[in-house]
Amino acid sequence: MRPSQLTVESFAAYPAEAKSLAVTNLALLKKLPLGFAPLLLRELIVYDYKFPAERRELDGQFAYLRLLSATDLAKALTPFQQIRLSTALEKTDWVNSPAVFTEQLTAHLWTTRQIDAFSAAAVEYVDKSRAALPEAKLPIHRLGIAVIGQGVRNNQYRLFRKLRPLGTSFTRVQQTGGLKVLTDAVAKRASDHPVPYGHWYVDGSASPPVLPEGVSSVTYAGLSPARVAIQKRMTVFYEAPVFDPEMFRTRMAQIQPEEIGLAASGSGELLSRFDLSLLTEGSGTQVFATTFVKWAAREALRRAQPLTLMARFGPRQRENSMNELLAESTRPPELDPQGSLIDADMGAWYNWLNLRRLPFAEDAAFLAWFEDQQDAIAIGPGFEPGRYSETSVELRELIERVA
Amino acid sequence: MRNVMNMWLRDIHETSQREVAEAISLSRRRFLRAATGAGAATALFGPAPLLGLTASPKKAIVVTFGGGARDEETLMPDGQENIPNLLHELIPQATFFSQVVNRGILGHYVATASIVTGAYETFNNFAAVSPNNPTVFEYFRKDLKRPATDCWVVAPSNGFARIGESAHKSFGPGLGAGVVLPKRLLSAALAAGADGERYQHLLRDNYETPLFAPTLAGQQIELSQMADILKLSVDDFIAHARNLASPDELSVYVTKELMRRHAPSLLWVTLHDIDIAHSGTFSLYIDGIKRCDRLCAELWQAIGEDPEYANKTTMFILPDFGRDSDINPGGNGFQHHRTGDQMSRTTWMVVLGPGVRQNVVVDRPVESTDLIPTLGSLLGFDARFSTGKPIAEVT
Repeated sequence: MRPSQLTVESFAAYPAEAKSLAVTNLALLKKLPLGFAPLLLRELIVYDYKFPAERRELDGQFAYLRLLSATDLAKALTPFQQIRLSTALEKTDWVNSPAVFTEQLTAHLWTTRQIDAFSAAAVEYVDKSRAALPEAKLPIHRLGIAVIGQGVRNNQYRLFRKLRPLGTSFTRVQQTGGLKVLTDAVAKRASDHPVPYGHWYVDGSASPPVLPEGVSSVTYAGLSPARVAIQKRMTVFYEAPVFDPEMFRTRMAQIQPEEIGLAASGSGELLSRFDLSLLTEGSGTQVFATTFVKWAAREALRRAQPLTLMARFGPRQRENSMNELLAESTRPPELDPQGSLIDADMGAWYNWLNLRRLPFAEDAAFLAWFEDQQDAIAIGPGFEPGRYSETSVELRELIERVA
Repeated sequence: MRNVMNMWLRDIHETSQREVAEAISLSRRRFLRAATGAGAATALFGPAPLLGLTASPKKAIVVTFGGGARDEETLMPDGQENIPNLLHELIPQATFFSQVVNRGILGHYVATASIVTGAYETFNNFAAVSPNNPTVFEYFRKDLKRPATDCWVVAPSNGFARIGESAHKSFGPGLGAGVVLPKRLLSAALAAGADGERYQHLLRDNYETPLFAPTLAGQQIELSQMADILKLSVDDFIAHARNLASPDELSVYVTKELMRRHAPSLLWVTLHDIDIAHSGTFSLYIDGIKRCDRLCAELWQAIGEDPEYANKTTMFILPDFGRDSDINPGGNGFQHHRTGDQMSRTTWMVVLGPGVRQNVVVDRPVESTDLIPTLGSLLGFDARFSTGKPIAEVT
């Protein structure tokens, strides 16, 4: 099927809002090349389950494309038009399974050595479409917080090595109130600037604190039943007579929230689907708490574009054989606090990078703290890059300055 | 849509790919000089090669420093603590190529197959197929009329079972290398009755393909052949394995046994512990790099101590490819190698041995497919279907 053959009926299986958006933009969709349309549909088909920021982006993409003249549209999409596709790809049900098409397209682009051309085309397209769509002003600057090293007392690893050139390092942080000082600051920002899915808390510890309703919380411990259900499915996949990694990814992507005990409808559905995506699309999120927090923070920043995101890394289980890693429900896993600290240190760096990818990044602030210890780093306006401070400072004061 | 396109987005918009590659090379050279005192080389300067010590026939050992290591965790300042053996022991004795580019598919099996054939293979990385182009082992055996025992592959997982010989009509069955899959041997040995729980850490596989291809159809040796080939009983094999910490250690142990028993002239060792990075655990990825660094040094030491190898063996160490840049928002940093960005395509190579200039850095770009024609020049075979070129600084 070619995009030009699309009709209203093509979208019969789409969820309500996605169908409505597709029908509204049908004339545009029919003009898109096959090397492009399924990528757009991949986002559109899950429109009903998207965060507000994602919806704004997709709406903006359609607006940008609709505003282009026929000549400019053709010009903008020429590189995608020139991608050589296989007959098999053309026969794929890309309207109803655009994610499968995208997986297969990726493999095809690598095999036919078109991946670099496609990437270049994508970069150019995104740059132009971003430039055409000015972002709305934020009610407050963005804030990222990373708490690392829970349970580590003696550390020899040089922490914050990638972040230090960007901000001021503090080596005598008085952490009266500790974690609660930080979560209170997150709750206050959520209360002062109530934005749907605008404030997040991600936790990888065994006992996460409870944050108020205005903060979207995702915790490794809270998803334990879902993870166990996923782990059991993974074990079945792995123990099949022939393991097909690509089929494995497809099968994982087909799992529905209710199959692993997550809410499938109602007010919690959006977060449930987000949680599901963390466990089915992430690599390592099912078994390693540090990877879970890193990926959850990245996805929350990328998708929800929050004003506030606090990520607390807890200790992960030790490296083990896959069968053992997936057997969490049968025995308490042995933990690796020191290795987890190193994972988390890198995770904090990625949190900062992902925060910097959002609009108005130049105003963003960031605080990383070695939990229950005296080391922290603050980045943002008012904190001199590359500076060390040995002056005693309260954690409360630091969070007030960045928040 | 922006999210979709973010999958492909790079933060190097304003810099051409060539400029980025050169910047990577420049950074490597600068830090390498600081760490090792290595000199720049347009290959014409540096300590004289040890030609007088070269014995015949020549031997070669290739180690892929895998699977997939980035500059940040190896050559750059923060990474140098992870490779003390390479930096302070091996590179000072070596010619170091600072810019080895892999322009092919960045999956471990297909990428390793591309290095082995000297041509970019395009098959599905997860398919149990032979390379389409002749392998280095087939050129070596056919042109030099060498027996099957003269070249071996030690590979990390079952997915590499067919890497020993190609599907090429002029070569193929009977002309390739024997493939040893140490984990498969250990697994079979344990099934014969040993205490499996003690050895699970040695059996772990690529995080993404943990039990891939249990049904094999390559030239891999099976447990029943182990006594003949490695001169090891099942009990001895298991007893030795008990003291090892990882699959790569098991691979190097088997490699040393092959060297001791057969002294093959061409040996290919694919290390793979580093690929634990796919699980997203940075510390385990670093552990894998440190282990790989140590094992490379152990292998070079074993070469020097073995009269069959000392002073006649050239050792090549190179990652199969890199991993995604932190900066590329289309990837997830060290965890994967999916973007095809410059960081994931650009790696390095260490070449040691008689006739190889020492403590020298070569900055010009070479391709990973150049290795096989280089081996051809070194050992005397013609890699006629390779798309690479012999590397002048080695040959």
